[in-house]
Amino acid sequence: MNVVREYLGRNVRQYGIVAALLVIVLLFQVLTEGRLLYPDNIASLIQQNAYVMILAIGMVMVIVAGHIDLSVGSVAAFVGGLAAIMLVDWELPWFATVLVALLVGALVGAWQGFWIAYVGIPAFIVTLAGMLIFRGLAIVLVGTTVAGLPAEFNAIAGGYLPPLLGFAGQADGLTLVIGLVGIAGLAWSQWRARRALIKHQLTAEPPVIFVAKLVVIALLIGVVTYWLSLSARGTPIVLLIVGALILVFSFVLNRTVFGRHVYAVGGNRHAAILSGVNAQRTDFAIFVNMGLLAAVAGIITTSRAGAGVAAAGTNFELDAIAACFIGGTAVAGGVGRISGAMIGALIMGVLNMGLSILAVDPAWQQVIKGLVLLLAVALDIVSKRRGRLT
Amino acid sequence: MNESKAEDRPEDFVLQMLGITKEFPGVKALQDVTLEVRRGEVHAICGENGAGKSTLMKVLSGVYPHGSYEGEILVEGAPARFGGIKDSEAEGIVIIHQELALIPYLSIAENIFLGNERASGGVLDWGTTRSEAARLLAEVGLAEKPETTPSDLGVGKQQLVEIAKALSKRVNVLILDEPTAALNDEDSAHLLDLIRNLRERGITCIIISHKLNEITAIADRVTVIRDGRTIETLDLHGEGITEDRIIRGMVGRPLDSRFPDHESTLGEEVLRIEDWTVHHPVDTERKVVDGATITVRAGEIVGLAGLMGAGRTELAMSVFGHSYGTRISGRLYKGGTEIHARNVSQAIAHGLAYATEDRKKFGLNLIQTVRENISTSALGKLASWWGVIRSEEEAGVAEKYRQDFRIKAPTVESVVGKLSGGNQQKVVLSKWVFSDPDVLILDEPTRGIDVGAKYEIYGIINALADAGKAVIVISSELPELIGLCDRIYAMSQGRITGEVPRERATQEELMRYMTMEKTR
Ligand SMILES: Nc1ncnc2c1ncn2[C@@H]1O[C@H](COP(=O)(O)OP(=O)(O)OP(=O)(O)O)[C@@H](O)[C@H]1O
Ligand SMILES: [Mg+2]
Repeated sequence: MNVVREYLGRNVRQYGIVAALLVIVLLFQVLTEGRLLYPDNIASLIQQNAYVMILAIGMVMVIVAGHIDLSVGSVAAFVGGLAAIMLVDWELPWFATVLVALLVGALVGAWQGFWIAYVGIPAFIVTLAGMLIFRGLAIVLVGTTVAGLPAEFNAIAGGYLPPLLGFAGQADGLTLVIGLVGIAGLAWSQWRARRALIKHQLTAEPPVIFVAKLVVIALLIGVVTYWLSLSARGTPIVLLIVGALILVFSFVLNRTVFGRHVYAVGGNRHAAILSGVNAQRTDFAIFVNMGLLAAVAGIITTSRAGAGVAAAGTNFELDAIAACFIGGTAVAGGVGRISGAMIGALIMGVLNMGLSILAVDPAWQQVIKGLVLLLAVALDIVSKRRGRLT
Repeated sequence: MNESKAEDRPEDFVLQMLGITKEFPGVKALQDVTLEVRRGEVHAICGENGAGKSTLMKVLSGVYPHGSYEGEILVEGAPARFGGIKDSEAEGIVIIHQELALIPYLSIAENIFLGNERASGGVLDWGTTRSEAARLLAEVGLAEKPETTPSDLGVGKQQLVEIAKALSKRVNVLILDEPTAALNDEDSAHLLDLIRNLRERGITCIIISHKLNEITAIADRVTVIRDGRTIETLDLHGEGITEDRIIRGMVGRPLDSRFPDHESTLGEEVLRIEDWTVHHPVDTERKVVDGATITVRAGEIVGLAGLMGAGRTELAMSVFGHSYGTRISGRLYKGGTEIHARNVSQAIAHGLAYATEDRKKFGLNLIQTVRENISTSALGKLASWWGVIRSEEEAGVAEKYRQDFRIKAPTVESVVGKLSGGNQQKVVLSKWVFSDPDVLILDEPTRGIDVGAKYEIYGIINALADAGKAVIVISSELPELIGLCDRIYAMSQGRITGEVPRERATQEELMRYMTMEKTR
């Protein structure tokens, strides 16, 4: 058991954050007398927080590379508003609208990326400007709201997968299958990674921990799946979108040359450049990507609201940035993982949901969220300091 | 041993470290180490890279506070428990770390009094700050204005600023961790004189260095550490205590010669740098490199000698994808055809590689792993055409270099920032050797590397040459250039002032060219 303790001690951070999520979930489960984890609430937890998770995926990369993006909320409102106008005023079909909206998002990212990467203006300033510019443009475009969006478009955020596989008792078959595939896939990839570590004689986690970790994760996914399958309507479409984005971008960040360059540039820009990394192009790509993801968030927010709203997306950037930092992304860059940011986003989401169920005053909700952010990062720093001295 | 005094009495020791053991997760850096330093002596610490020298000094200076290690520290015979640097400084123990720690954009005066400000009621007293700084700078023999910023100074002068900073405190025991590693012979000699002066003034010095000639020249006693254990303490005034004797203690066996035997087989000319001129990036009128012409043939090892500021690094970096300087002119031929390398990726694509002299700033990503650092400059080789890295192959490559270059890291997944200085240097080398260039420019490749490992690195360089690569070595250690190179260029004030073949290469000859003044 000693090995286990030592290993846990060395990886406080990773397990600490998961434990924090569990504690918060349990706390609210008790406080709300079990209402937090009502099947229908789980579905809406995902739908309500999809935007944080999507933005946090891009934001992790931005912060790891040593930048920040304050404009994502405004960009989401701008792109969302534009989408609403395309649908309502120009009567474009929904898929064309989505494509154009994504393209516009990428262009917005390219615009900001240009100033940051090629002119050399700090991202803080460029995106602060972008925050104003795109909020302004959103208001110019939309006025206050553009309502009356087609049902297909609204289904992106509000829709569910149809019960294609029928029901097992009360439970939606398709949801169960998706959950099982998810668990199997995760177990398989973890096992493969572990095997590779062992093959190269690198220290893998002790078997006890490995199995325990898998079991816990599988149980979590299993429980969520089961509850979802019992919910009124099965798997939200958004869950698939978010899931796919997480998979794709985790792969990009961990396994591709581009991902490695993001870490290299964030860790030591000079050294990266002298190793032949094109830091400018890397920065540019990161912001194009962030613009694209902001567009996805904008589409989903607009779709969920059923209308283009000029004031949509206010404070989205703060939620995304907070999710990254809670999830262990380093303020100075160079360190951070998508999985961590996703857990950070879930913590924020559970807080949002639990506090609303408890009907806590929104003003106090902000206070509490602020304190949680502070506490999470403080824990991080303290645990690191201890790690250094032992 | 040849102890001059019959028996040490406890009161002779200004400082004793007894039975020090220090563990990091997975690494036992120090095991039961004992170090006893007499009052007023210069005490050297020798040992291979990763032996634990820096760690021992960090324990002593409170960087690793009491409780994070086992064992006892006695200052003037009384137990000391330092909770941090402030505590050790209060006892007059001041450390200058291996990696310099000046704030680049504060003036030297401010740097000297950083954390120790000359102020009244929290308001800086600029008059005293400046005048005292000027006095301290004079004391260490640095002719710079107190307003200058370290970013405008070379490493040699920065080192002197560090010493001035140490002297601004009440110092009894001054610890210098590889102070001359980054210095050329002239600056080193100056520094050693300074240390002798301090000894006259009654300041005890502990010095860590891989340059054994300096140690035999300056130290009174030397403690040898190997694999985290004290091996022995030798009295350098005793008989028969030579460099070779120290090496035997460090490595555990005698080392027959400092340079492996090597005969180069020369091939065609691989690289020709012609009429290369580079201007300073800020002061764009100033020529940093002035019409330099250099050729290297396949299988040849060519040296670049020069004093600090001669323009060797600037020449190399500007050739390597214009990484330094502005208004660069001149021509670059690779295998006879002219090439243009305007950025680093083009340079790498043309088969050039440049291993930097400043590993911390330009060479490594300290928060990434050994594996990731080794693969950065040639990730393409480990990735599919659409950019997915083959992780297993990458790990395999990194592991191969860890073993070949004997990088002392528990695994290739260790974070580079936690390796000892010399082992970090080996990671830099691995990275460029892995990129498999045709021309490899090594800027101070053995800086901070122990004698045994130096021998290994010379072996690696020779093997690279035998594999038909053209190697350019920039070094401030003339014996190294003479022992290693087939041909040596000397630079002075941005110009190539001489070219000396191996047969004629002597330190005097090289020095003559290196100090040649501009005549035009
Ligand atoms: N913070 C740390 N965390 C983990 N391991 C460390 C840390 N600092 C040092 N080590 C390890 O302790 C050992 C001793 O390192 P140390 O820096 O004292 O070596 P050194 O003798 O100064 O070597 P060099 O001559 O290369 O500077 C090395 O194996 C190193 O990797
Ligand atoms: Mg050291």
